[in-house]
Amino acid sequence: MSIIEVKNLTKKFNGFTAVDHISFNVEEGEIFGLLGPNGAGKTTTIKMLTTLLRPTEGKATVCGYDILKQRDEVRSSIGIVFQEPALDNRLTGRENLDFHARLYGLDKKTRQKRIEEVLEMVELKDKADVIVRDYSGGMQRRLEIARGLMHYPRVLFLDEPTLGLDAQTRRHIWEYILSLNQREKTTIILTTHYMEEADYLCQRMAIVDFGKIVALDTPANLKNILGGDVVSIEAVPSEKALPVLQKIPWAKKVTQHNGVIDLNCEEGEKKIPLLMRIDEKEKEFEIKSINLRKPTLEDVFLHFTGKTIREVEGGNGEKKRMKRRTRKN
Amino acid sequence: MKVKKSNNLQTIYVMWLREMKRFLRAKSRVIGTLAMPFFFLFTMGFGFNSGFTLPGAGPDINYLDFLVPGIIGMTMLFTSMTAGISVLWDKEFGFLKEIMVAPVSRVAIVLGRIAGGVTTALIQGILILVIALFMGFKIANVGSFLLAVLFMLLIGIGFIGFGVAIASMMEDTQGFSLIMNFVIFPIFLLSGTFFPITNFPNWLRPLSYIDPLTYGVDGLRNSLINFSQFSAGLDFGVLAVFSIVMVILGTYLFNKTEV
Repeated sequence: MSIIEVKNLTKKFNGFTAVDHISFNVEEGEIFGLLGPNGAGKTTTIKMLTTLLRPTEGKATVCGYDILKQRDEVRSSIGIVFQEPALDNRLTGRENLDFHARLYGLDKKTRQKRIEEVLEMVELKDKADVIVRDYSGGMQRRLEIARGLMHYPRVLFLDEPTLGLDAQTRRHIWEYILSLNQREKTTIILTTHYMEEADYLCQRMAIVDFGKIVALDTPANLKNILGGDVVSIEAVPSEKALPVLQKIPWAKKVTQHNGVIDLNCEEGEKKIPLLMRIDEKEKEFEIKSINLRKPTLEDVFLHFTGKTIREVEGGNGEKKRMKRRTRKN
Repeated sequence: MKVKKSNNLQTIYVMWLREMKRFLRAKSRVIGTLAMPFFFLFTMGFGFNSGFTLPGAGPDINYLDFLVPGIIGMTMLFTSMTAGISVLWDKEFGFLKEIMVAPVSRVAIVLGRIAGGVTTALIQGILILVIALFMGFKIANVGSFLLAVLFMLLIGIGFIGFGVAIASMMEDTQGFSLIMNFVIFPIFLLSGTFFPITNFPNWLRPLSYIDPLTYGVDGLRNSLINFSQFSAGLDFGVLAVFSIVMVILGTYLFNKTEV
């Protein structure tokens, strides 16, 4: 049996469907990712699986417990790190961990031993007795991850674990996540809208868009779906170039976005000379640049949703939330 | 690793412990909350004390003596409401989520918060009483002190429950000043802190009668200076009912909170 089993899980808010009949399984010990733009329904899914929200329809089990009928059992067996900080910033790091451990019924001996263990894991030992208000954003995140692990959960939920952190801190958090997955054999389910985060951490991932799972596989397999390479062509005028490029027999898929035309093909390096010849022959348009790369998850996302995640983000949703986080810090 | 489920008493204790740690650390906040009752006590107590007969109380009652139970009631009101409404600050700072996903009963969470809040409110109420002793206030005997503590407890429990209920209905801290000005202050001013409620005109007096703090202040006067409008039994009865209803209401509304 899988450690998490989700079947047709649905959540509607006043007629708006945030999560739309999603089904997936997570295997014990894996790092599983939900990748999608803000508002895709990732956090709502997490909230249902962690018993904070009741699903409108469908069902799910976590560690074999029903999320509706065995809420306390589910709660005891999972750890959660929320998207927004959830620390008591007037207590010290150690006191926050101690509070958590007592709430989860750990006895004194286990509590003291475990606090040292998790502090060590996130390298916060020397800051343990500092009031959380004086922690940096990255330190708070680490403390929250440590707290999520306090009660030996079998599954750890991480909702946007590196949102609003700088690149270096983000790298560090990734290392902690990988090491706790290996050392403690904790199953991890994380949400993110950072492609490189999903790519680096997840063994399997689901791409979520408008409350639906549009693809689910390992990052490598997902990228393979697009086949070999991506050749990006910048041509002017692009509307003249597109019909010509679409007729190329070796191009598996031709897409245009933001004025760039992407060709998916095998052995892309051998296709560049062919494109040069087309450019010489055609007088209607001119190729300005050709860029060859391996497909990224960004391409995969584009393939399945018809847009890049940045385009979806567009607005200032993230900025707003980051501001909120900084204010709270 | 087997983790056993935390029982209700443990949950109450953990919530209480957190409140104590925060309280001991927040010295400036404690001084801030105690400043207002202290200044009232200090200025009005001394200002009206000499050669002044309080209307509605008779010449036997010294104004400082009359004022002290009222100020204690006021201290209990403000500290208890603050403790109850702190649910809202936990919501704002995200900590409420940490509490809500724990495998513990929400009733125990509310009871723990009440236990913590009552303890801190009681400490502050007693501090005001001690200050009053230095100003010349006298307590007849241990019995009257204990009776006063009982009334302080009831005021505390009731208004923390009330605070939790209000906080559970609010989305964020935006409306806090509304609550302060339109709920807490009227309760305080109508309770007869500064003068007997019989001095209010007839049309205003019913508002005093439905103000639970009126019975709290009266109960404190009953126990500390042996002067009152109502019998101690009535004061006790009204406050006990108020406390029970508020604890139930607070727990019920808190239970429905979504984070």
